[in-house]
Amino acid sequence: MAEKKGTLIIQLSGDFDKVFAGFTLASAAAAAGMPTTIFFTFWGVKAIQKGNLTGKGFMGRMIGLMNRGGLQRLGPSKFNFGGIGRWMFKKMMAAKGVAGLEELRQACIDLGVKFYACKTSMDVMEIRREDLIDEVIDVVGAATAMKYADAASVQYFI
Amino acid sequence: MQGITPDKVQESVGQACPMPIVHMAKNMRIMAPGQVLEIKADDEGAHADMRAWCEQTGNEFLGEENAGEYFRYFIRKKA
Repeated sequence: MAEKKGTLIIQLSGDFDKVFAGFTLASAAAAAGMPTTIFFTFWGVKAIQKGNLTGKGFMGRMIGLMNRGGLQRLGPSKFNFGGIGRWMFKKMMAAKGVAGLEELRQACIDLGVKFYACKTSMDVMEIRREDLIDEVIDVVGAATAMKYADAASVQYFI
Repeated sequence: MQGITPDKVQESVGQACPMPIVHMAKNMRIMAPGQVLEIKADDEGAHADMRAWCEQTGNEFLGEENAGEYFRYFIRKKA
C-alpha cells in the first residue's frame, strides 16, 4: 500500500451541526488509517471544553456565561430558537440511529485523532488549559496547525 | 455468503454513518491478517462506504448478502 498521508481539520465553528461534521470526517479519516489532527480555534474550542464557567475579567466572564462550552451546549447554526432547535435535532438524530457529539468525539479519541487547541482564541476568551478536556494534546499556535496542514493530503476548514 | 466463515461478527444494525465504519476499523485493528470480519448493517450509505474503505485501506471486500432487514458485508484483513 502506498504511504498514507494525514488529514487536518481546522474546526473554527462551534455550531452543533458543524462540529458534528468535523468529528464525523475526523473519525472516518482515522478509521481509514490516516493520521488525523483537529485544530480547534475560536468557537471550535467550545467543542473541547469541559463545560465549567470560564473567564477572569468582566467581559471574559460574560463570554463564559453566554456560552460556557461543552458538547451539551452547542446549538445548530440554523433553527436553534433559544435551544429548542438543539433539543429537536438531538431527538431526531437519536431516532435515526445517528451518533451524538459525545459518542463521535469519543470515537475520534479511540481511533487516535489528535486534538490541539488554539492559544490565541483561549487567551481572547479567557479559557484555561484546565477548562479543556484532558484528551487535548496541547495548546498551540498557527505554526503548529500549518505543520500538520503541510503533512496532510486532506485539509478541511469547518 | 457461501463458503465464508467469519472470524468475528459486528452488529451495526440501527447505526448510521460513521459508526459502522468506526467500529469496523476498531475491530480490524485487533484482528489478525487474513481473518474475515462480517458486518451486519442497515445503513444505506454502508453499501458504498464499505467498498470505499476497503479500496482506501487495501483490505479485501469479499462481498455482501441481503439478509432482508439488513445486509451482511464480508471483509478480509490484508496480509
